[in-house]
Amino acid sequence: MTTLTDPPKESFRLGMLIYDSRYRSITIQVAALIAFLIGMGWIVSNTMNNLASLGKEIDFGFLKEPASYDINQRLIEYTSRDTHARAAFIGLLNTLLVAVLGCVLATIIGVFVGVLRLSKNWLVGRVMTVYVEALRNVPTLLWIVFLMAIITETLPAPRDFKSGEAEMLLGGTVAVTNRGTYIPEPVFSYSLGNIKLLEGFYNNSFRFEVSLDLIVILCVLIGGILISGLIKRRADRVQAATGDRPKTWHLRLAVVVLPTVFVLWLLGLFFVVPEIKGFNFRDGIHLRASFLALWLALSFYTAAFIAEIVRAGIMAISKGQSEAAAALGLRSGRIMSLVILPQALRVIIPPLISQYLNLTKNSSLAIAVGYMDITGTLGGITLNQTGRELECLLLLMLIYLTISLLISSVMNWYNERVKLTER
Amino acid sequence: MKKTVFFGALAVAGVAAGAVAAGTLDDVKARGKLNCGVSTGLVGFAAPDANGNWDGFDVGVCRAVAAAVLGDPTAVEFVPTTGKTRFTALASGEVDMLARNTTWTFSRDVDLKFEFVGINYYDGQGFMVPKSLGVTSAKDLDGATICIQTGTTTELNLADFFRANNMSYEPVPIETNAEGQQQYLAGACDAYTTDASGLAATRASFENPKDHIILPEIISKEPLGPLVRHGDQQWGDIVRWTLNALISAEELGITSANIDELAKGTQNPEINRILGTEGDLGAMFGLDKQWAYRAIKAGGNYGELFEKNIGENTPIGLARGLNAQWKDGGLVYSPPFR
Amino acid sequence: MSTKSYVRTEMLPEKAPPPTEVGIIGWMKENLFSGWLNSLMTVITAYLIFWVLAAILPWLMNSVWNAGSLNECREILQGEAGACWGVINERFNQLMFGFYPENLYWRPVLAFVLMFVALAPVLFNPMPSGLKIAWGVFLVIGCWMLYRVGAPGLAYVVFLVAGGAFFLDRLASKMVWFSALFPFLAVWLLWGGTAWNVTMALFGFVIGYLVYRFLSPAVGFLFGLILAVLITVAWWLFLAGPVAATLAGSIPLELAPVESRKFGGLTLALMLGVTGIVGSLPLGIVLALGRQSDLLIVKSLCVGFIEFIRGVPLITLLFVASTLLNLFLPPGTEFDIILRVMIMVTLFAAAYMAEVIRGGLAALPKGQYEAADALGLDYWKAQRLIIMPQALKISIPGIVSTFIGLFKDTTLVSIIGLFDMLGWANAIRANAEWTGIVWELYAFIAFVFFIFCFCMSRYSMYLERKLQTGH
Repeated sequence: MTTLTDPPKESFRLGMLIYDSRYRSITIQVAALIAFLIGMGWIVSNTMNNLASLGKEIDFGFLKEPASYDINQRLIEYTSRDTHARAAFIGLLNTLLVAVLGCVLATIIGVFVGVLRLSKNWLVGRVMTVYVEALRNVPTLLWIVFLMAIITETLPAPRDFKSGEAEMLLGGTVAVTNRGTYIPEPVFSYSLGNIKLLEGFYNNSFRFEVSLDLIVILCVLIGGILISGLIKRRADRVQAATGDRPKTWHLRLAVVVLPTVFVLWLLGLFFVVPEIKGFNFRDGIHLRASFLALWLALSFYTAAFIAEIVRAGIMAISKGQSEAAAALGLRSGRIMSLVILPQALRVIIPPLISQYLNLTKNSSLAIAVGYMDITGTLGGITLNQTGRELECLLLLMLIYLTISLLISSVMNWYNERVKLTER
Repeated sequence: MKKTVFFGALAVAGVAAGAVAAGTLDDVKARGKLNCGVSTGLVGFAAPDANGNWDGFDVGVCRAVAAAVLGDPTAVEFVPTTGKTRFTALASGEVDMLARNTTWTFSRDVDLKFEFVGINYYDGQGFMVPKSLGVTSAKDLDGATICIQTGTTTELNLADFFRANNMSYEPVPIETNAEGQQQYLAGACDAYTTDASGLAATRASFENPKDHIILPEIISKEPLGPLVRHGDQQWGDIVRWTLNALISAEELGITSANIDELAKGTQNPEINRILGTEGDLGAMFGLDKQWAYRAIKAGGNYGELFEKNIGENTPIGLARGLNAQWKDGGLVYSPPFR
Repeated sequence: MSTKSYVRTEMLPEKAPPPTEVGIIGWMKENLFSGWLNSLMTVITAYLIFWVLAAILPWLMNSVWNAGSLNECREILQGEAGACWGVINERFNQLMFGFYPENLYWRPVLAFVLMFVALAPVLFNPMPSGLKIAWGVFLVIGCWMLYRVGAPGLAYVVFLVAGGAFFLDRLASKMVWFSALFPFLAVWLLWGGTAWNVTMALFGFVIGYLVYRFLSPAVGFLFGLILAVLITVAWWLFLAGPVAATLAGSIPLELAPVESRKFGGLTLALMLGVTGIVGSLPLGIVLALGRQSDLLIVKSLCVGFIEFIRGVPLITLLFVASTLLNLFLPPGTEFDIILRVMIMVTLFAAAYMAEVIRGGLAALPKGQYEAADALGLDYWKAQRLIIMPQALKISIPGIVSTFIGLFKDTTLVSIIGLFDMLGWANAIRANAEWTGIVWELYAFIAFVFFIFCFCMSRYSMYLERKLQTGH
């Protein structure tokens, strides 16, 4: 039996910092850290020197001053007397609006195109291939300006509606013009009013109102969905116990739809139809040309990528899976929803979310068509008018970074959840 | 001063460092080229032609300065700048001067630390509408959709104007003049607003200019002029007095046609002083006697530049108006050369 | 045995299939009209195609090729709808080269052609005939342009040499040294100036290698590497300039210098794209290794950098390049805007490249790492000899995709006032002769981008397929 002995004690020598793998990693890290700090310090000191020689200093005070410019698309109240911070906030909301709607539309088109590309129909398959290739291989920016040009050049101007050269669509409720599209706006005659939030904070910059009507409707809707979920679970239990599944779809639909409709009726919902008055259409919701161009271009462009992801996802599931499911006696719809999709989604979702990330970042190209997103307000007009490049760009990057990190943390969370545990 | 900063595969070419703090004049002379910031394309003021040569009224000022300082009106590097990049380009020393229809305002002069050396065009913001709209005054534009170029003072003026008159409007921000024109012609906006000179230039390029009118209201003062960095007085003086030389030349009747004749000496002492046949004004800011002679010779005097690029005989067809010499009822006025 | 037979003894002759199942009709029935849903889709799609063509074709058929202004076009067309390609015709050089001096057009074109020659060893490994043809077509177009811009002699030489490479696969793979030299050659061709600058820059690498080679046995690998890097950088910073100047004094070897702000049009887009990719490759490898490493600080620095760059839109980085980068550098440093954009684009691409290479590293079977360890190789040797060559090879499709993305993203520089093709489109529309023109410019630019990106994406797809069968 051998006895354990301690390894011979070495005295520490300077050379070990490099040659001894125990210390080397520390040496490298310290060196890297020092190099990084020196580099940062160099940049910061340069910046300070340069700013000093220009007679400027870093100061975010301008955010509290009146912005003095108008923004056409504002989801919440804003006037030119509001602060730069509020203008940035309005821009942020616009960015989020186009990003969220873009992701939704891109997903719908992308799935549609991706599935159709696998279609046995020769013509449809080819057309979808052409769509994907044409969209993917031309820059987004070009698509955005191109779509904007199509909207301005080919659609009728509001004055054509006055002279009768153009007509409103869908029974006179929707007007498609080159200034954008006007659609009916839902209005409540017995509105419950709004709750004001964040009033008085930072020169009123972030105040906004939440419609009580909306909260009530959402509550009812969510309640309905929860109850419908309970019904489904009961049906599952019955099926497990007896083998027969009670028919529940009509009941489930009813608990969701009926209360919602009732609440809408209680609130006195009606639609205000856009009408041409003076120079423009008044009333109704105005989807501006710049918004439409950006939204559609981003959606179409991203959809081409999503289509490829969906196609790859479906093709990645081996044929044996669907054959096995068929052998178990499942119908084709159930094969899709129970066997193919859950597996395909695991392949599809991670790249899909990174496409959402790209879409959100690409929405900053709004500036090319004059859509007032955060790049257009904070990184555009505010930057121009105040001359505070450093402050504006720092804030702008920080905001985008936050959005991106939020999206990618959702992605990581999802990946963790669906990851196959390998044994 | 010129030295190679860094070298090698990362950036082999074109990296030259000139200390901003040292005299701009020395830098320009050492470089042999004047870096002049212009707009990325505005008809009549600055736009590259089919051969890539820059042309226009603002370009003329750059060429005059280059001629005065370097003796060669073509020794100019035109750096196209956008509304966003123009001030940083100047502040960082990327350009030596900015001749880019920039409005002289308090905050730009004081807060952004620039020096406007003069005014080469007195402008004001106006509105253009199609005749068929039936609008005769800007006060009738309540509720209209208005195309507006972003990154300029026009946005602020527009907001103030409509607010002061308690009217509503829908701004359609656009990046370039070409874009604005396209939207306006297609009827995507009822009115187009920018500086009156720009409106005239834009209208001139239309298929049927007669179908559009420029409303009588001018809602702002837009004194446009070249600017340089704060703190280099010598360079500021050179640009300022080059502009003044062009203006005085028109007033005194010095043209590119008769300048050689006049340069031999005249009875008028001021002409002699400008052209360097009497006294030595140039030496006071580090140039030779002939600086103004070359500046005027480069593209003609102020009036000639105006007529050639934006005057009534060009497609843009601007009248002199406020930009006539003070003797003719305009505002263009140069301090005396003595 | 009965002679009666209830079964046929001989085969019946095969009957021709019914006419509705073969030929065009059969094909259509099978592929277009199988079932009502399919038929409906076919009809809708056919209608869509018809609708698009009806909108575009008359306009395209009525094209005007020679006109000096939009008004001229309108006169020729007499009120009919028609494309006015005169604008492309007149401004073609600007859309391709920007402000690059006209008599020097051969230089960017030659750089472009040589790029294909330099790519040959990478591509011809063994290359399928389709790709080879595409490569050949690009080469011929390049040579034709070289001929057109006034360098016929060069065009012939390049054509013959490259043509030789085209047929001799073996020659092509021997030309790796040319691929390595190409970046330097291209820099010299594009910017001009004395050739000694580039040569001395290149010499820096040679010095670095020699230092590493002879010192590392004496002082150890890592120390040798650090020393080599330091000496190389010192050479570039302090000695290369004066030495190049002295040499240039005695033997000029000079091309007319062209400043980078003269670059524009397609040249600018290609240059930004290629610089971005070439520059980001080494940076990306370092970042990817850093991200994979166990060293906490190194790892977090790399992750921080990568996530930051990937988290913000390129346009904000371009704003930084156009308005802030000068602030970050010592007072007096003056890069022109195109160099600043190049730096930013390289940093931007590096973050994406790092992720691509990380993907390649992760895709490598674990056995490779273990085998390298089993052989007793240290970290760097394992990376250099075993891991990286394979990981990079797997990453090529990803690298190509990154390049396509970057190349498309170069259009963004028009927003900060650079004259790439889209920037030129704006400038041309600001010109009195062409105000009001829209579709032709956009269509042309889209077409150019499509050609490049489509070819590259096909190549990357082909590679992906090829690599997939490898396992």
